[in-house]
Amino acid sequence: MTAPAIELKGISKAFGPVQANKDISISVQPGTIHGIIGENGAGKSTLMSILYGFYKADAGEIFIKGQKTQIPDSQHAIKAGIGMVFQHFKLVENFTVLENIILGAEDGAMLTTSLGKARKELKHLADEYGLNVDPDAVIENLSVGHQQRVEILKALYRKAEILILDEPTGVLTPAEADQLFRILDRLREEGKTIILITHKLREIMDTTDTVSVMRRGEMTATVKTSETSPEELAELMVGRKVLLRVDKVPATPGKTVLDVKGLRVVDEKGVERVKGIDLTVRAGEILGIAGVAGNGQSELLEVLGGFADGTGVITMNGTEIPLTGQGADGRARRDAGISHVPEDRQREGLIMEYSAWENTVFGYHRDKDHQSGILMDNAGIQAEAQEKMDRFDVRPPNPKLAAKNFSGGNQQKIVLAREIERNPDLLLIGQPTRGVDIGAIEFIHQQVVNLRDQGKAILLVSVELDEIMSLSDRIAVMFDGHIMGERDPAQTNERELGLLMAGITDTSAVTNGASEEALNDG
Amino acid sequence: MEFLDIVQLLDTSIRLGTPLLFACLAGLFSERSGVVDIGLEGKMLIAAFFSAAAAFYTGNAWLGLLAGIAASMVLAVIHGLASITFRGNQLISGVAINFLAAGMTVLVAQSWFKQGGRTPPLTGNGRFGNVELPFAIGPTEAEAAGRPLSQMIGEAGPIQQLYSELISGHSILVYLGVLAVVATWWILFRTRFGLRLRAVGENPAAVDTAGVSVIQLRYAAVLICGVLCGLAGAYMATSLQAGFVKDMTAGRGFIALAALIFAKWRPVYAMWACLLFGFFQALETRPDLIEAVIGMKVQIQLLGALPYILTVVILAGFIGKAIPPKASAEPYIKER
Repeated sequence: MTAPAIELKGISKAFGPVQANKDISISVQPGTIHGIIGENGAGKSTLMSILYGFYKADAGEIFIKGQKTQIPDSQHAIKAGIGMVFQHFKLVENFTVLENIILGAEDGAMLTTSLGKARKELKHLADEYGLNVDPDAVIENLSVGHQQRVEILKALYRKAEILILDEPTGVLTPAEADQLFRILDRLREEGKTIILITHKLREIMDTTDTVSVMRRGEMTATVKTSETSPEELAELMVGRKVLLRVDKVPATPGKTVLDVKGLRVVDEKGVERVKGIDLTVRAGEILGIAGVAGNGQSELLEVLGGFADGTGVITMNGTEIPLTGQGADGRARRDAGISHVPEDRQREGLIMEYSAWENTVFGYHRDKDHQSGILMDNAGIQAEAQEKMDRFDVRPPNPKLAAKNFSGGNQQKIVLAREIERNPDLLLIGQPTRGVDIGAIEFIHQQVVNLRDQGKAILLVSVELDEIMSLSDRIAVMFDGHIMGERDPAQTNERELGLLMAGITDTSAVTNGASEEALNDG
Repeated sequence: MEFLDIVQLLDTSIRLGTPLLFACLAGLFSERSGVVDIGLEGKMLIAAFFSAAAAFYTGNAWLGLLAGIAASMVLAVIHGLASITFRGNQLISGVAINFLAAGMTVLVAQSWFKQGGRTPPLTGNGRFGNVELPFAIGPTEAEAAGRPLSQMIGEAGPIQQLYSELISGHSILVYLGVLAVVATWWILFRTRFGLRLRAVGENPAAVDTAGVSVIQLRYAAVLICGVLCGLAGAYMATSLQAGFVKDMTAGRGFIALAALIFAKWRPVYAMWACLLFGFFQALETRPDLIEAVIGMKVQIQLLGALPYILTVVILAGFIGKAIPPKASAEPYIKER
């Protein structure tokens, strides 16, 4: 048996009182895809940052191809044949692809020779691995998927034999993710070793050969992917049994709460993003909007939430609500009984620098019961925030901690606590579990279903097809600003929805029971 | 207004634009690397003083230049320590440097020369002489002919006027300034160092993960900034004027920053921007021309304020969208 591509022995790393990695040992075989799975904060990224020379381990040894190796900085990692694709890309956005690729790996002091050589090499790599990118394109004009390819090309250009990918699909559409995994397969065939860090069980099951599970800084297990199951992995990750399917009874829809007719939205660049859609959401049901990111779902949420203008007719509980000008803002929407959990919680849902208790009251801070004379009733708000955080199992349950210090899942719980506890008639919820731990996902899904069971209307937008299918009572698919069709989750499948998401409405080959009227817009 | 008047006005624009140009290029290097430097003014001032002092003691303008550059680089290193090593606030560090320079130059000047915070006037080789290009009508020709220079130039043809007034007869540092523009462009866009410099000002994490030291790059940029500010200050004291006087930079470091924004952090644009601001300053020297053009007398104080007013007007209204390097003013902290 050949020496492992990477072997870590007894790696420990602490940040102040937080032990991010505890005595971790792992062995990665060459020519395999090795998954590392764990919840946010389990220490996966810290471990990989140590391997890439970003952090120095407090204790432990690193062996590359059987050789003991010191990696004090990224330069040494690159020399040792390690390439890393970070979750947040490390690209210079106003540089071309070629410039980004040669940065730090130039040949000589003059650029012309370096660029010429890189251009040839890039073409070679593109042919070999199917990684096609226009070398002269400027990064900021590329799609996220292509930017990621540039990161992979950067590593390969530096002759990386070991490629680490940190949460690579977090920012990708399902189609882009599929392409990525095809590329990874190809790289594995060529003998490269790949370490895939993720918290998505499906990716692990679909792509890896071996999987290591981390929990709270420790490596809890390493198993062959073929010999495990998602349920077992989830349990290893969270430390308890996790319900992977949403537990819910059939919906009993009541009267129409939200009615949208002919909604059109033009963005600030003058591009029409929503091209005349009709939809209704009734009390006691969840309408899921599926679609690849960027097909108008975000704009739909923004108009309904009152922070973008649109044209068309929207009635809420039978009353028309304004879509532009006065009365078309978040405050008016909240008064109309609409709560909104925005897609980008860090930018639109929370003020990251502010404490959790302050964040639990934003938007509702004018309410009479939050006032005490001319001042805010801060003590009352804090006490209430504490209760809400306990009820929503926000960890740590400390209302004075700034929002930025909570993990993604706990941030989302803070937003949910604020919006759900207001008892809205309609809840708009975008990407409810993006960047959220598996344990928290279960909780958030349960909250949404509970709200539905209380007879509230819910409009769910998500790019995660699994989530749409397991939560929704009806599914509408958006493509290019249109609703391509509406489906009953019990009578459809991922293939059919995938076709609709790609703009193909002729899905008779894969199923039956399409709602005819909804197709007219396509 | 005659052709020669315009030529003379442009000639003065070049003379007055040159310190702006050096300072602007200095700022360009610094800001392209992600270090905002509002201490250009202070570095110019201290360079002006030390170059004048050294030139006075040694009687050699070149030694004065070296002393000016050295003094400016000391302040550059302080700014580097504060903003790169200790990740302090770059604006505050810059402000501190400006105060330090403004106070220290006058104090040291008074202590050394006892002339009310100025250096004694520089003469002879203590100043940079004007370079007379071949075939130009300069003082040598005038002396040989035994006639006043202005008269000889006035009689020459327009091309000779343009050549002799505008192109020839500047301090060597003026020509160095033009060279610096070309060199900056070439370094920035044609060399490995330039690529890394531009990258580190946009996304230092990209440079770091590519295995290149962010700290070293930024220090290199800050030191280059120090050299160029030294040139700017030395030019003021040993070329444009003959010696140091209190606060002689008079906000030029800030006008250079304005020119940098106006030029959108690009070297060749920077040259045109500095010439434009130099032109505004040149207008102040020729109230007679302004009166001839607009037909009324303009108060000299208003003309003096003109460059500053126009700076505000241009920055507020005429530049469109100027996007600074993305990582400007942000100390680099490693994170995954």
